[in-house]
Amino acid sequence: MSPNVLALLPELILTLAGVVVMLAEPCLKPGSSRKPLGWLAIAGTVAALAASWYQIQFGTIHAFSGTIQVDAFSVLFHFVIGSVVLVTLLGSIDFFEGNASHAGEYFALVLFGAVGMMLMTCSVELLMVFVGLEISSISTYIMCGFRKGQATGTESSIKYFLLGSFATAFFLYGVALSFGATGSTNIYAIAHGLETTATPALAFTALALILIGLGFKVSAAPFHVWTPDVYQGAPAPVVGLMSTAPKAAAFAVLLRITFTGFPTYQHRWAILMWVMAALSMTVGNLGALMQRDVKRMLAYSSIAHAGYLMVAFTAFPFDGIAAACFYTATYAAMNVGAFAVVTQIAGYDERARSIDDFTGLGQKRPYLAALLSFFLLSLIGIPFTGGFFGKFYVFSAAIHGGNVWLAVIGLLNSGVACFYYLRLLAAIYTRPGSESTRLNQLRRIGVPAAIGIGLAAVATGALGILPSGAVSFAEYASHSTLIEQGRQECAASPDSCHLQLQFDEK
Amino acid sequence: MNIDHTILTVLILVPLAGAVLLALLPDKGRLMQWGALAVTLITFICTLHLPARYDYSAVAGSFQFEQNHEWINSPAIRYHLGVDGLSMWLVVLTGFLAPLGVLVSWNTIGDRKKLFYTLFLLQQVAMIGIFVSLDLFLYYAFWELSLVPMTLLIATFGRSANRRRAAIKYFLYTFIPSAILLVGMLWVYARTGTFQLPELAQLAAAHNISSNNAALWLASLAFLVAFAVKVPVFPLHGWLTDAITEAPTAAVMVLVGKLGLYSILRFSFSIFPEQSRHIAPLMIALGAIGIVYGALIALVQKDLKQLAAYGALGHVSVVVLGIFTFTIAGIDGGIYATLNEGIGAGAFFILLGILYERYGTYDMRDYGGLAAKLPWMVTLFVITTLSVIGLPMLNGFVGEFLVLTGGMQSAVTHHTRWTVLATTGVILTASYMLWMIQRVFYGDLNENTADVPVPDVTAREHLALWPLIAVMLFMGIASPYWLRAIDTAGTYLAQEPQPIELPAAISTIVPQTSAAQEATK
Repeated sequence: MSPNVLALLPELILTLAGVVVMLAEPCLKPGSSRKPLGWLAIAGTVAALAASWYQIQFGTIHAFSGTIQVDAFSVLFHFVIGSVVLVTLLGSIDFFEGNASHAGEYFALVLFGAVGMMLMTCSVELLMVFVGLEISSISTYIMCGFRKGQATGTESSIKYFLLGSFATAFFLYGVALSFGATGSTNIYAIAHGLETTATPALAFTALALILIGLGFKVSAAPFHVWTPDVYQGAPAPVVGLMSTAPKAAAFAVLLRITFTGFPTYQHRWAILMWVMAALSMTVGNLGALMQRDVKRMLAYSSIAHAGYLMVAFTAFPFDGIAAACFYTATYAAMNVGAFAVVTQIAGYDERARSIDDFTGLGQKRPYLAALLSFFLLSLIGIPFTGGFFGKFYVFSAAIHGGNVWLAVIGLLNSGVACFYYLRLLAAIYTRPGSESTRLNQLRRIGVPAAIGIGLAAVATGALGILPSGAVSFAEYASHSTLIEQGRQECAASPDSCHLQLQFDEK
Repeated sequence: MNIDHTILTVLILVPLAGAVLLALLPDKGRLMQWGALAVTLITFICTLHLPARYDYSAVAGSFQFEQNHEWINSPAIRYHLGVDGLSMWLVVLTGFLAPLGVLVSWNTIGDRKKLFYTLFLLQQVAMIGIFVSLDLFLYYAFWELSLVPMTLLIATFGRSANRRRAAIKYFLYTFIPSAILLVGMLWVYARTGTFQLPELAQLAAAHNISSNNAALWLASLAFLVAFAVKVPVFPLHGWLTDAITEAPTAAVMVLVGKLGLYSILRFSFSIFPEQSRHIAPLMIALGAIGIVYGALIALVQKDLKQLAAYGALGHVSVVVLGIFTFTIAGIDGGIYATLNEGIGAGAFFILLGILYERYGTYDMRDYGGLAAKLPWMVTLFVITTLSVIGLPMLNGFVGEFLVLTGGMQSAVTHHTRWTVLATTGVILTASYMLWMIQRVFYGDLNENTADVPVPDVTAREHLALWPLIAVMLFMGIASPYWLRAIDTAGTYLAQEPQPIELPAAISTIVPQTSAAQEATK
């Protein structure tokens, strides 16, 4: 197999599946079930996951003239994104049934979005990253407004689109400036060019602009203002997807650009990250305290979690990348799980919105309630859940790097965060009053959705109880990016070869 | 097969499996009660394996029934369990109180029984886990885990509309300091590369954790404050009255004291020996103030549960005073009094629960002259009261006496002065407890409760109370039996930690231990 095909195998499979879904959609009778298309999309996702798994054995694959680099790092993020898409698709098969005749488009858009995100994680060329970013963003813009009849849906879509295009423009501007400063848009060439650049200020400005663009995508404060409104208006399964997968992809890019592309400036951008992390955690958690709407609350919570993840950027490269990889995986598992349950409870027309609407869930749907509680406890960071270990790992990396105060801010924040998660948790297990009828029309949960939620729960639990495997994979991923960095550096200037030796010893 | 090497895992797994089982079984009839009772009894029987097989001749500072397996490579986290003289009786106590907790909840928890007993068993898992973990990370995991079932128990089964607020208050009060504790733990790990308590204790003894004195102080405070809130030490007791007032009886029995006090002894003292000794004057002062403050406030309460809550504050303050004297008698007494708190306060809360079940009020003004109507109840109340106020021959006396002796033995004048103040607490405790008995059981019949036809203590309630009474007597008369194990821990903790040179360490420890035993007799 040619390396070009091999490197993009998962993306190719997903694209194919998406195109087939698109083509099949018009052939189905209007009003007939769109479930087969959903199953097709699921099959495509599973195949893409298998393809990613298959790629591991080849180590690092370079393709398309060095613009694509598939390594353990990208495979890890492929897994995260693929699994999130899988859970989302499983949860949405019944969700759209009977409500939207254009559900086929949704399945195709999810797949195309996934292609873009996966492409972002394996590109080492900023223009390629931009292409991936656009593919994934445009898909999500459309999905946000999927409930065409509702004003909030349209509001959500337009808000996201306007602000999102603004942010991508910042990103593109940053790419252009970094080309001006270093003469290249390839991450490794940038790293090399930085050492001899005549305009370090320009290079740093470029990085700052890129940070703004990606900071918007991961909804880090102060670029977070769009998040609550967009999440509130978008359908629940879409929010589950867009609060995890595009963020994972953006973080992958951010990790590559900062640690591999601009390693010489770490002392500078680490300060920016410090500030953004502290701000995101605080703004996210304080914002969530004010919310009564569950989706808005989870939106603010996702801002806070982006902040926790950014703490990893202030650590040493090896620790930081590994911790960020692990946190992304745990965050994706628990958040997509929480939204999958909310999807089931709220339904297409969002019967249950506010925290009070969830009152008495524990009695009416004991298993769904137990699962939602489990995900919430993981988001709080209670031990024996993935959330705890993720947080533990990130903060221990930061403390190892000497950032004790950021860890103090972060963990105090996680104390504040308990309050709003607990409020929902307490509502779930409170006896319902007579007036609460919103949960009465709860449909039976379908088998695919149950499988999806189950997968997320198993992942969240496994990452908390037996994290060894995932941790070593994250460390392997971190290692694989850094060793590649060392190798590229050696190829460019043999004097600095000590880096490679250092990693070979590990 | 020798189960010495698996017993601690069994102790964690039995209630866990029980919780899962109860969650899956249908909530029919009395199935939940019987199921929970069976699980807790099995757990209790398993805990008895520890004293039966405990090796009293082991070197002080060593652990028994140890299990040490690799869990996570990086960061180096191990599944490391073990008990010593400090934790053994606490584990047994946890096992002992659980079936009694099920018995007293038998009828009071009417609906959502499945949720209640599942959470109750999970709470037990977390508590046993805390007592037996020797890996800091594992310990912290159980520590945080213990918050969740308790919070939900208070939030769902609290008695008034205030329950949600009380639950969240309890959670935040303990969770936020715990978050800082995590920072402290991670800092220690970043310095030393290990989470193993025995290794950390050795490093600490050799002053090898960090040379940065300020950072060490901050870390030690992070540990101490988190534990002190859980105890609670005056003035960090803000959550206590709300939580105790709201929580159902079975939950209250395990709410106060043990976890925080154990953690101070185990972790603060071992990892920060020097800082703990330096902060002792402050802690002793807080302990003495807590004793007097708790008793004084209890004296003016009209609500029985409020009275019990402030009483509990006074009792845990006794322990704080004792352990921070760093005398053998003080620490032994502190550990003993921790056990007493579990037994005495446990019995007291059960009795209050029984009273509430019958009359539906905790307000003392509604009671009066019940002695003639409820002869068994008054007998049990009086025995418990005598134990709580420290009458000789009952358990309370031993702990209190040792603590006050320890305080007086202390070479520091400051400690002795505060101990003198603390001694007045004995009188105050007797005052509020006896006054409470007088108001509830003697005097004229109160019109609010006089005409309510109620049964005396039922067979099930007898079953829940007599084991406690028996233990009170046994702990009061045969204190050397219990102190044998406790004293090894007390002696070890009281001495200045020395960098480990094993043979020398053994030779210095052994004579001290026998001397200590003489002193305590």
